[in-house]
Amino acid sequence: MNATTLAMIQLGAVFFGLGVLGRIAARIGMSPIPLYLVGGLVFGEGGFFGLHAADEFIHLASEIGVVLLLLLLGLEYSAAELFTGMRRSWMAGLLDLVLNTTPGVVVALLLGLGPTGALAMAGVTYISSSGIIAKVLNDLGRLGNRETPVILSILVFEDLAMAAYLPVLTAVLAGLGFVAGLQSLGIALLAVTVVLVVAFRYGKYVSAIVSSEDNEIFLLKLLGSALLVAGVASALQVSAAVGAFLLGIAISDTTAHNATKILEPLRDLFAAMFFVLFGLTTDPRSIPPVLGWAVLLAVITTVTKIATGWWAAAHARSSRLGRARAGAALVARGEFSIVIAGLAVSAGAVPEEFAALATTYVLLMASLGPIVARVVEPVLRIVTRQPKPELDTADE
Amino acid sequence: MNVEVTPLPGIGVRKDFPLTAVRRRIGVVDRKDGTIDLIFTKIGDPDATTQIPMTEAEAGTLANLLGAPQLVGQLRSEHRDMAGVNTRQLPVSENSPYDGRTLGETRMRTRTKASIVAVMRAGQAMPAPGPDFVFTGGDVLIVVGTTDGLDSAANILKDG
Repeated sequence: MNATTLAMIQLGAVFFGLGVLGRIAARIGMSPIPLYLVGGLVFGEGGFFGLHAADEFIHLASEIGVVLLLLLLGLEYSAAELFTGMRRSWMAGLLDLVLNTTPGVVVALLLGLGPTGALAMAGVTYISSSGIIAKVLNDLGRLGNRETPVILSILVFEDLAMAAYLPVLTAVLAGLGFVAGLQSLGIALLAVTVVLVVAFRYGKYVSAIVSSEDNEIFLLKLLGSALLVAGVASALQVSAAVGAFLLGIAISDTTAHNATKILEPLRDLFAAMFFVLFGLTTDPRSIPPVLGWAVLLAVITTVTKIATGWWAAAHARSSRLGRARAGAALVARGEFSIVIAGLAVSAGAVPEEFAALATTYVLLMASLGPIVARVVEPVLRIVTRQPKPELDTADE
Repeated sequence: MNVEVTPLPGIGVRKDFPLTAVRRRIGVVDRKDGTIDLIFTKIGDPDATTQIPMTEAEAGTLANLLGAPQLVGQLRSEHRDMAGVNTRQLPVSENSPYDGRTLGETRMRTRTKASIVAVMRAGQAMPAPGPDFVFTGGDVLIVVGTTDGLDSAANILKDG
């Protein structure tokens, strides 16, 4: 069998396997991310099978997956939404930042992952999964709730924080010296600011450039510009992901909506490859030694996220139930934690335990998040002995 | 009416207002992808809402149901002094023979003496539609005529 044939068979098997896993996830109402990671663990280094023929493709596909993940995140928001979201939530956002990066830093240092590992772990434990959270809010019918704008504006803050954090991480991972690091950081922050201002003022011109009536042309222009921007950003040491995110923000209105529709299936495909690759590069045998730490970290950061949401919702004068719901909704970590961990691992700047810890942690948090969000209400009602509200058909 | 507009970053906009009689709030979540959720606050938990997703067509139909009675009421009060003249709202259902055909094709005026004075579509009243106006399923017609005329108009829209 020649190499191409073998690669095709292996890729086919991976895609089909992911499809089956995704279906299982949908059946039991959970996010597919943990299952994709497990899929990667099973096939990877030290797992049951090795997949090497398709390695090159999976590597490139997973890079594209990261670009698409961030591009679609940017497309979700308009620049105006980012500014108002930021103004509303900066206090809760700072609390979130402090409470949820600290456990990651402390555990990473205790495990001897070094300062670089600690910086990366801070991002992993900090950033909630906006994908999982948006889906959970919708599934549970909570879009109209009073605490929902609070939750969403914290997510906005996190995403902006990520736009500032990723260039820092990239610079540190590249092992640049202090001066060179500061320089690339300066370029990055300048680029972020310029793009935000451009997006806010001239977003419609950016949209006009990529927009097209024809789906095929539109898709090509979108994907082309995303990869170009990501590549240039990466060359400037700004991190490809941030470039894509900023491009997403600059595209607005109907163009953004159409772009989301057209790119969603592509993102799902390539992002799945990215999660698999992360699982593939993690040796499952390295997990048991860090399992205890991962569980501890999961417990602590569940509590800290709930505290963040509770405080923020209380600030917006939500009821106790609303505060609990806000806190629980924020617990899920997922795609962006893996993006951060993936950057660290592929740069080779962190010890092997890091990948194991990050994988296990995200496995736990992506599965736990939706469950916590679902059970928080009944649990709180039992604890406070509040009766279930009467049926909604009753008149007041 | 004091409609409160709350941005939901990444999802859309929430618009709601209080209902005076029941001390609950009612409104919609306008999503970026064009779909709409009807929301109203739950009894016993004013922070939480019941959320009902609707397709564009369903939202339009609901808007017609809510909007047409007002128009009919207004026309009725204007015709109050004219004996025998009445106003009624008649639906063009999805399986009506006139779904996708023009107003002219119904020959409504000739056959019933009743006239179609407005069409409610997606919550908007389109006044004085001409013979070229194309109906679609879900439209609500505001028809003025005698009681007999209105009855046969309803039959025409239903059975052709």
